[in-house]
Amino acid sequence: MAKRIDVKDLNAYYGTFKAVEDVSMTVEPRSVTAFIGPSGCGKSTLLRTLNRMHEVIPGGRVEGSVRLDDVDLYATGVDPVAVRRTVGMVFQRPNPFPTMSIADNVAAGLRLNGMKNKKELAEKVEASLRGANLWKEVKDRLNKPGAGLSGGQQQRLCIARAIAVEPQVLLMDEPCSALDPISTLAIEDLISDLKSTYTVVIVTHNMQQAARVSDRTAFFNLTATGEPGRLIEMDDTQKIFSNPTQRATEDYISGRFG
Amino acid sequence: MSALDMASASNLEPVRVLAPGSGFGHRSRSRALRNELARVVMWAAFAVVMVPLAWILWSVLSKGGQMLLDSQWWTNSQRGITNRSVGGGAVHAIQGTLIQGLITAMIAVPIAVMTAIYLVEFGRGRLARAVSFTVDILTGIPSIVAALFIYAVWVTAFGFQRVGFAVCLALMLLMIPVVVRSTEEMLKLVPNELREAAYALGVPKWKTIARIVLPTAFSGIITGVLLGLARVMGETAPLLILGPYTKNIATNLFGGLMPTLPTMINQDRTEVLQPAVDRVWGAAATLILLILLLNIAGRLIGHFGRAKG
Repeated sequence: MAKRIDVKDLNAYYGTFKAVEDVSMTVEPRSVTAFIGPSGCGKSTLLRTLNRMHEVIPGGRVEGSVRLDDVDLYATGVDPVAVRRTVGMVFQRPNPFPTMSIADNVAAGLRLNGMKNKKELAEKVEASLRGANLWKEVKDRLNKPGAGLSGGQQQRLCIARAIAVEPQVLLMDEPCSALDPISTLAIEDLISDLKSTYTVVIVTHNMQQAARVSDRTAFFNLTATGEPGRLIEMDDTQKIFSNPTQRATEDYISGRFG
Repeated sequence: MSALDMASASNLEPVRVLAPGSGFGHRSRSRALRNELARVVMWAAFAVVMVPLAWILWSVLSKGGQMLLDSQWWTNSQRGITNRSVGGGAVHAIQGTLIQGLITAMIAVPIAVMTAIYLVEFGRGRLARAVSFTVDILTGIPSIVAALFIYAVWVTAFGFQRVGFAVCLALMLLMIPVVVRSTEEMLKLVPNELREAAYALGVPKWKTIARIVLPTAFSGIITGVLLGLARVMGETAPLLILGPYTKNIATNLFGGLMPTLPTMINQDRTEVLQPAVDRVWGAAATLILLILLLNIAGRLIGHFGRAKG
């Protein structure tokens, strides 16, 4: 299921502003890769280029290639909608659909893509909620609105919603930054479980979190505001946090800047 | 030790907030005075608005209210009733107003909602600015101009009769900009995160709009539609120009005369005989009541739709 991502010579723009410059990297399947770096270094932008969400923003434009196994996501004729079905995403702030119940939220992706069989939908909902470690907490109130859950539960609901469509890659854009430590722990445990099935890429501002959950870490930096962000180095998480090659990485993880 | 324990354990006097010498000082006299002045001005402005409203409601209800209590009012038309005879009802005019309002809404709402969707979800650049500007102009068009425009097209150019449907077309011109603006505001209130969440699930844009954005904004859109409808149902200029009055029940939008509440009021407004005068006040009270009910319905839908959260 899980797929490898190969990014090559990637530039990302907002209108005329270049936000990410010349990034090449490989993300291994069935692993967790963390993107770290100071604000504005382009890590979220890069993440959004991996499922063609970057171009949803007016003026958003990408050069270079992103290959999922051997398919270039930016080749002509590739449908961005199909890409997003394969590469799912969880956002910074939990965003359940307010008009839908918990079950309907999880089923939303399947139902909006045409699945009608009620029994099958119910099974998928249960499996996804179990997969997101939320089933026990919500199984008695599946028909209640998703907005009634706590922040951490809502975020796990969003993860359940994302994995219900059975993507092969799961992108997470600072999924815990709006959550308390206990909810954060629940999500981190979940991420560790998810990597047995999916390729997970997570953007985080929290370096302990990157150290705890990821196998590989990529450090991004920018020379000045208004300049594009670049990939400084990418290595095994343990190596990045104990013995990074680049001076800037060491300065950043030891808290000397950023 | 918690803050509460510390407070109970200490023997300090309770602190006098804003006491002299506490370092905070008093609120200055001039600021207190200005505050008082602003309060008086605001209440006065409120009263200035409320007095005419209360006055209108009082005079209409006191003079036309008892007509509404007669069950005949809600069941009979004015067929065969002269300005000297008591009795008859307004059902013909109520029907006409409701039918025309409904048909107007059925034409105007799809156009207006789709325009709003274009402006919020797709519109970029020149075309969107042009559409938005046109809506602004349409908002400012006096109702008599809209009516004369439809008259010029419907009667002068095409040679059709003055019928109920022509009234609906003129009312549509007046209703569209109101509904476009309110729907636009409601669509803008839908957080962008929800659209992105749907895109990230591999849902196409049109389906995201139809199944996520519109349902989220639904109660607000309905409120806007009902308020817009209430606005056009009281319009009179298009009715005077395009929809002549009759005392009979008439529901055909495409042939013959069609009575409405505003034209019923207009018909008898110069009468001096009491039965006719009473009917004018009764029709006015009925129109106000109808529009009030629509407004309340709009607010209720808005309120309960939002409470669902």
